[in-house]
Amino acid sequence: MSSPPIGATVRELTYLNAIVEAQREEMLRDERVILIGENIDIYGGSPLFDTFDEKRLRNVPISENGFTGMGIGAALTGLRPIVDLTIASFVYLAADQIINQAAKLRYMTGGQLSVPIVFRACTYYNICNAAQHSDRPYPFFMNVPGLKIVAPATPADMKGLLKAAVRDDDPVLVFEDMNLWTKKEQVSTDPDFLVPIGKADVKRSGKDVTIVSIAGCLPKALAAADALQGEGISAEVIDLRTLVPLDTDTLLESLGKTGRVVIVDNSHRTGSVASEVSAVMSEEGFEILRAPIRRVTTPAVQIPYSAALEKPLYPSTERIVAAAKSIL
Amino acid sequence: MVRIRRFEEEAMRRAMAGEFSGMHSSSGQEAAIVGACLALRDDDYITGTHRSHGHPIGKGADLKPLMAELYGKATGICKGRGGSMHLADRKVGIIGESAIVGGGIPLATGAGLSIQVRRTDQVSLCFFGDGAANQGTFGESLNLAAIWKLPVIFFCENNLYAISTPVAKSHGQPDIALRAAGFGLPGVIVDGQDLAEVHAATALAVSRARQGGGPTLIEAKTYRFEEHCLNLQVPIPYRTPQELEHYKSQRDPLVLYRKEMLGSGIAEAQIDAIEGEVAAEVADAVTFARQSPLPDPHEVYDYLFSNPIHYPPEPGP
Repeated sequence: MSSPPIGATVRELTYLNAIVEAQREEMLRDERVILIGENIDIYGGSPLFDTFDEKRLRNVPISENGFTGMGIGAALTGLRPIVDLTIASFVYLAADQIINQAAKLRYMTGGQLSVPIVFRACTYYNICNAAQHSDRPYPFFMNVPGLKIVAPATPADMKGLLKAAVRDDDPVLVFEDMNLWTKKEQVSTDPDFLVPIGKADVKRSGKDVTIVSIAGCLPKALAAADALQGEGISAEVIDLRTLVPLDTDTLLESLGKTGRVVIVDNSHRTGSVASEVSAVMSEEGFEILRAPIRRVTTPAVQIPYSAALEKPLYPSTERIVAAAKSIL
Repeated sequence: MVRIRRFEEEAMRRAMAGEFSGMHSSSGQEAAIVGACLALRDDDYITGTHRSHGHPIGKGADLKPLMAELYGKATGICKGRGGSMHLADRKVGIIGESAIVGGGIPLATGAGLSIQVRRTDQVSLCFFGDGAANQGTFGESLNLAAIWKLPVIFFCENNLYAISTPVAKSHGQPDIALRAAGFGLPGVIVDGQDLAEVHAATALAVSRARQGGGPTLIEAKTYRFEEHCLNLQVPIPYRTPQELEHYKSQRDPLVLYRKEMLGSGIAEAQIDAIEGEVAAEVADAVTFARQSPLPDPHEVYDYLFSNPIHYPPEPGP
């Protein structure tokens, strides 16, 4: 669980400010940490300019593959860069450097090199941005050995996982969700508050069905659990938080309690995060499954502009409830 | 230069005898590589290419782990995980030999950024070919380095062919160095077969970079004596026999530099002695590689992550 320990100082933070504070704290703690991104002096990173100068805050031209590779080169030679790729659909432009260099260099050199770098990418969807700004591309990168991937859904997890990512010696992709920017909660002010990479979080205990929530689906998953409670159904909600490495232990432990699983994932259905979680749970937990696994995902269609077309595509509380009831 | 040539000649023989799979020879390009490397300090950084043997050797690497890597052995410089296209030896400053054409250029730029942030007087040198100059990473990196005057030397080994496509058919004009002006950095053309000329131009660029003067693009006009790679068939000739013969007989950097040394009064016996030492070193490297153990398949996950968490002790079904 990510709640702060008793006695620790806490402060209310939004999900968006958690990103800023995590970066500020890590930059204060370690002078090797730098931030690279487009327009960071005006958007996103602007509050950091009060504390740090342009030596460590690198506002870059629109050259995603180039500046991402530049970050990787800096990571190979003593820095710990954070590369802000802004909208997650732009990650594809940097995918060559992320996949062919960052993910492979430690391995290909037999451990001679390490790549301590963070790639930040924010998913912007359900806001009428059409197909080229709305992707949730986590599953693409899960297929790349050598990358760690996190997708925090709360302010505390955002802060703790981003800080853990900065301190990690491997490349970490941090997927943010703009729909969560205004969410608030009490977050520890301890400069060493970290959320471990590779640990899922049981947000709510239950006995009838496990709802595995991925990335920004958490508010809907929790609302679905509330609705199911009203109908006398006890749902356990797991926030996956880290996509690679997958916390198989927590998933299987929950499956042992409930025997039923609904996986909620806002990425496209084919080869989704939900597909992988489903495969792992059925392979390793087949004997304790009491019903087929259900995936609640975004269908394999491009994201349309019109809200009338876009809105129904993403997992909703109603779809999660219906999926749970279909296997009870 | 002799260490590179003899290492690769022997490696070619061993590969053709079936002792390991193919390779990309640097033969003909030695003066460009060594002239550049000699202008660097031990603590400077280098990125290279799929034609990766020359860069570590030019920077003074031990031949044994390099040869063992070609054999896919556990004692290889990359523990058998890199192979011929990726002979990166961190001990001599190499931070990647990229087989993605143009892939190393941003990495070298990032090393330059790191040097600037850490306020050291190191430099970063990036080897790439004429083919890579047409990748987006080339333009993006030159621009980034120019904006902040990063201490980077962009060193193009222009061997005139991107696999089989000649520069004349893939560039709007033949001089890659001219592109530097558009990004706001100096561009220099050198005779890549002339060791002294390459070294002088690189030393000047290195000196300027160390003093905060920013990046330089150096284009070394050179030539590849072998085919693109050992196992690639050439169904249609793309170079004339006359052109190849001209470069081999008139423009071999080893022959040219030997003449220069003899002309400057160095005794032939001394040169021959060095040749003999190199031959012995290459033979030792082959013996070492052959006698080294193969990597253990149970260790295939090693080096994937700094702290492997969920990977099984051996690969699953």
